[in-house]
Amino acid sequence: MANTISPDEPRPANPLCYHPEVPSSANLRHTKLIRVTHWITALCFLALLISGIELVISHPRFYWGEDGNSMTPALFQIPIPASRPYVKTGYNYVLPDQNGWSRSLHFQTAWFLVFTGLLYAAHIVRSGHLKQNLLPAKADLAQSITQHFRFQRPEEANTYNPLQRLTYLAVIFGLFPLMIWTGLAMSPSLTAAYPFLVDAVGGQQSARTIHFFASVSLTLFLFAHILMIFLAGFKPRVQAMITGQEQS
Amino acid sequence: MSKTSRRNLIAGAAGVAGATLLAKQYDLIPPDAAGIYGCGHTLTYAAQRLLIGSANAREFKPSQITKVPHQKGSPPKAPEYRQLQANGFKEWTLQVDGLVASPAAFSMDQLKNYPKSTQITQLICEEGWSYIAEWSGVPLAHILEVAGAQPNAKYVVYYSMDKRIEAIDMDEARHPQTLVAHCMNGGDIPVGHGGPLRLRAPRQLGYKNRKFLTRITLAESLDNFPMNYKYSWYAGI
Repeated sequence: MANTISPDEPRPANPLCYHPEVPSSANLRHTKLIRVTHWITALCFLALLISGIELVISHPRFYWGEDGNSMTPALFQIPIPASRPYVKTGYNYVLPDQNGWSRSLHFQTAWFLVFTGLLYAAHIVRSGHLKQNLLPAKADLAQSITQHFRFQRPEEANTYNPLQRLTYLAVIFGLFPLMIWTGLAMSPSLTAAYPFLVDAVGGQQSARTIHFFASVSLTLFLFAHILMIFLAGFKPRVQAMITGQEQS
Repeated sequence: MSKTSRRNLIAGAAGVAGATLLAKQYDLIPPDAAGIYGCGHTLTYAAQRLLIGSANAREFKPSQITKVPHQKGSPPKAPEYRQLQANGFKEWTLQVDGLVASPAAFSMDQLKNYPKSTQITQLICEEGWSYIAEWSGVPLAHILEVAGAQPNAKYVVYYSMDKRIEAIDMDEARHPQTLVAHCMNGGDIPVGHGGPLRLRAPRQLGYKNRKFLTRITLAESLDNFPMNYKYSWYAGI
């Protein structure tokens, strides 16, 4: 990995081949803490997704506002069979009830992910990763969007282009906090002490519906993320996230 | 292992050990703390107990009451239930025993003559659906006072006629919104909603709000009860 500069030097003309993060321990693409928290997050996300799907199966109807049940009109219903007999799904069979362990797994994993996320957030702020690699500059963004719509591929870079930066920021500081917020807003105990949690999102059922859409958005991000890795070169990218170094 | 990471590891282990000791001291360890999900159960229970204190569940306006509240499940299959139902549940009793000064059986008339508390709260099922309804009944705290709860009691275990057993801690049991409810939306509780008696704990999810309530037992530990921890014991989340 040639063409490295120290962070003190002025930025070169083309921001897309700017290599800002060069940890002192030679050509690391990802620091140890980022690699560890990345894979913990990956595992946690998988567990949350599987258990979350199972939770939706017990009641695949969604509502808006405070209340909603199988006797009231739904905002929408996912066309899948349910694990409860009284949810009218159009299927003439009922799936087995796996709600108990799914809930326990969901909440335990959420705890692990929150701790991991806090560690990650503190790290990216302290190490400068947030400022150097995630917060985009205005000029960079305009150039990246133009390039994007002209279907030009940015040059191979050791950092993220502005569109990637915006996406990562939206996921890290938008979708994940929204998941936590709406998750907490569904707890009858927490909303007793902190009613604004649920009032701010429009009610108990609104919180559940937002939680669902945020999870769909995160899953779409995951697909895009994996697709990008295939496009950028699966082996070197995955290797970089495991060892920290990219095969040159 | 480097010096700093060893130091971090030791500090971390000491932190976990210290937190566990404190949690034990303040009864923040739930009865289902063992097992693969014990870590999550304990974190949730301890955090919520510390964060919520004696806060009241949100209450709603009469106009917000759900027009068609969903009725889940079917009435108990015991023939006894049908006999009691035929007589308008006049003979229904609530037995209170365990760690109390005076074990007793309360009749429906007795319960209806006790101080009544009314709330319009949301019942949230762990499956995701919910409804808002008005509930009236005797605060469980009052029944515990009448029966003389002993200071070493840590849990209120309760039974329903459909052979279900649940338990809450004393904080939840003594909370002013925790009711032995005999009234729903201004009338007797319909059979589909657990009539004639239902334990209503609005800060807890549906499965702690047991229907067809027949018996309350105070205990220091849940070890000798046939508890079912298929769903996490603490249901504030």
